[in-house]
Amino acid sequence: MNTEIIENKNQKNSVLALELKNITKAFGTKVVANKNVSLDLRRGEILALLGENGSGKTTLMNMIAGIYHPDEGEIIVNGEPASINSPKDSFGYGIGMIHQHFKLVDLFTATENIVLGIKDGNGFNIKKSSERVAEIAGKYGFEIDPDRKIYTMSVSEKQTVEIIKVLYRGADILILDEPTAVLTPQEIEKLFNVLRRMRDDGKSIIIITHKMNEVLSLSDRVAVLRKGEHIATVNTAETNEFQLTEMMVGKKIVLNIERTEPHDTQKRLEIKNLEVVNGEGRHVLKNVSFDVFSGEILGIAGIAGSGQRELFEAIAGLQPINNGEVVFHNPKKDKPVSFFHKSYERVVELAKEGKFHYADGTHVDFSGMKHSEIKKLVEEEKVLFYEDEIIDLRDKTPLQIKELGIHLSFVPEDRLGMGLVGSMDITDNMMLRSYRKGHSVFVDRERPKKLAEEIINNLEVVTPGVGTPVRRLSGGNIQKVLVGREIAAAPKVLMAAYPVRGLDINSSYMIYNLLNEQKKKGVAVIFVGEDLDVLMALCDRIMVISSGKITGTLDGRTAVKEEIGRLMTQTEGVNEIDSNK
Amino acid sequence: MFPVAEFINRAVMVGTSLVLGSTGEILTEKSGNLNLGIPGIMCSGAVSGLIGGFLYINSGAKFSAAAAVAITLAACCLGSLIVTLIYSFLTITLRVNQNVTGLALTTFGVGLANFFGGSLKQLSGADSISIVKIAKAYKASLPFASKLGDIGKILFSYGFIVYLAIIIVLVVSFVLKKTRVGLHLCAVGENPATADAAGINVTRYKYFATCIGGMISGLGGFYYFIDYMNGSWEDASKISQCGWLSIALVIFAIWRPVIALFGSYVFGGLWILYNYTGFSVQMEPIINMLPYVVTIIVLITVSLRRKRETQPPASLGLNYFREDR
Repeated sequence: MNTEIIENKNQKNSVLALELKNITKAFGTKVVANKNVSLDLRRGEILALLGENGSGKTTLMNMIAGIYHPDEGEIIVNGEPASINSPKDSFGYGIGMIHQHFKLVDLFTATENIVLGIKDGNGFNIKKSSERVAEIAGKYGFEIDPDRKIYTMSVSEKQTVEIIKVLYRGADILILDEPTAVLTPQEIEKLFNVLRRMRDDGKSIIIITHKMNEVLSLSDRVAVLRKGEHIATVNTAETNEFQLTEMMVGKKIVLNIERTEPHDTQKRLEIKNLEVVNGEGRHVLKNVSFDVFSGEILGIAGIAGSGQRELFEAIAGLQPINNGEVVFHNPKKDKPVSFFHKSYERVVELAKEGKFHYADGTHVDFSGMKHSEIKKLVEEEKVLFYEDEIIDLRDKTPLQIKELGIHLSFVPEDRLGMGLVGSMDITDNMMLRSYRKGHSVFVDRERPKKLAEEIINNLEVVTPGVGTPVRRLSGGNIQKVLVGREIAAAPKVLMAAYPVRGLDINSSYMIYNLLNEQKKKGVAVIFVGEDLDVLMALCDRIMVISSGKITGTLDGRTAVKEEIGRLMTQTEGVNEIDSNK
Repeated sequence: MFPVAEFINRAVMVGTSLVLGSTGEILTEKSGNLNLGIPGIMCSGAVSGLIGGFLYINSGAKFSAAAAVAITLAACCLGSLIVTLIYSFLTITLRVNQNVTGLALTTFGVGLANFFGGSLKQLSGADSISIVKIAKAYKASLPFASKLGDIGKILFSYGFIVYLAIIIVLVVSFVLKKTRVGLHLCAVGENPATADAAGINVTRYKYFATCIGGMISGLGGFYYFIDYMNGSWEDASKISQCGWLSIALVIFAIWRPVIALFGSYVFGGLWILYNYTGFSVQMEPIINMLPYVVTIIVLITVSLRRKRETQPPASLGLNYFREDR
């Protein structure tokens, strides 16, 4: 087979390494990931594949790599129709894909990982293989020690191993799925140099990316996908950022989502210079500052993985904060949150600092009073704050935040991982929030059960009953259970990450309505979304995040889609140029 | 005077049973399958060999040592293979929880051994059932061993299985470390998804590792019975204890067969130590506890050192589901 391909190359000398003809791929009956896509890849070029989340880039590439099989259409490699049914077939055609999630055995050395699964019939000689790895690395300028174990390597080195693995198997066509998402700017520069060298060596490369400056600096041509369709392929030299953004986001679609004017907005959360470094030492949030107001919906737009998740987790107390502040504001006219259960000591403390007055204006002094008396005063709300209550949430665990009386509700993107326990029923999942209530050693199952029933009725959850494990419900119903529970906690702040992902239209609209209801109630709602049309129709303000930085905040009523798209793909380099102007 | 040569001799015999048990388990665990059924498999191996030997002796054929050894070995391997296949099918094909399956298999294997052992006793009408004749064939040692005094006793006085066990250890160690098959097997145990993506047949590797491992372990159980117990059957309790100790040894040996080999001889020594001390009967359990104490100490030191190479295979105990494509 290999010799055949080489012969074809010599004989035909065609310029096209890979051709996709009318590729269509659907998952189930509803979701069409790719519709009639035709693309080509020339020999010795770098083609950038650009598109929003869910535009079908990865699905398309997975079909070339043999992970999926197209429903319709043809894949042509080196001028010959190819039948690719498995990753192995794909290797056979000289195609190698480097996925976002590396497939490496941590305990093995680089070489051991590279030769894993190869049956070349030349006997097993790690030393010889290791020399070949070093040879390939030297040829393209990779820096790697073939005998080092994977678990001692950085992300960038692991990626290098993945790329060499593909080259070792003799790939001429390389597909890289968002290779720069996990790299530092210096590492990105190194990677690009290697890729350019590989291109000059005659390899054909497809790189999936969201970052506009990378597209412009690296690629020869750009193919844009939108909602599963191929919009156009243009020469990089003949295009610019604005044209590409426009192709990527498309025309505005008017959605019929209700949006009321925010009323009685008060500052609720204040995020100041937030910085978060992840486990691998990468800055996932850089100098993030913004305010969240009650009675409005703040939308967060951004390419997936730009730091949205870490931002929410940092606010909720799940992610260690390296620098900056998360401050909760409670207006003095509201019921002070410090008066909630278990915060009694705190009340006495605050009184000592002179923060309270009685309704008639006289200063509160608890000295000499019995605990029960103070408790009574607090419960009857006879003591009031002089000024807004300000509470620092940094370095507090979710439990501590709750004990301070602050109701933060969080609808995480990972519903069955962080939000609900799949194998437990709806009632038990309600109890995850209420099991600490009451003083009895036995848990109270009655109230959670009632709540579960209410949610089922009010939100029209389709389930055989409260006793069904949530895992068995459909995605939309799982989400209703989760959102219903979080709303039932009467939150002051409601954070929802991709709450409509994977939901059908009706369920999506129900979620939008729920968020709107909360907004009317005066809750500060933060909504992370991926569909720009929805963000523009639902949110009062839209904040755009890119690579862990806030690149802009726009008014939801006047925002222009292209502008949001531009801010989303803006990366550091572009940002610096902007600020220099 | 402490009988050093005698002590070492006996320790090596028990140790051989342990090393076979633990080498089988190491091979199994390297594929990511934790087989807690080893004690049961060792008992089944022993009783299968016993049945084979019993049938051969009572078949009326002219007794030949070679035939007896071949038949009992084949019976032992077949018996342990069948019991192991139950485990493999349940955990690999049906993806049942490995711990539950393994523990159930141990109970099953011990019961099976006691049942057949007891039945044979009844059949033969004796108080105990023994195949001493065959045991003699297994115990045959090199002729010059007895002439070399203590050295001969310590090094050359054993039946062939002791040396076979050492060869098995070296072969398993070589395969795991130096061959492509070994690399693939370790990949399956560390990260089956990656192995799968690299085109390695995860299911096949797991089946082969558990089955071959099970047969090696079964041989260990049979050896304990045929050589250390001189081929006379009492019950399965000692053999199942051997099995548990073998599993502990895997941890002691940090998943390396060669370390398991030396560890086995040490554990074998601790196992029989009581017989050579002047302690009272009450002290016996304390002495017999020593191997487990040593294992716990090894566990603690290994955990404290936090070295990746000394950790169990990363996907040990987890069944592999290929994600739906």
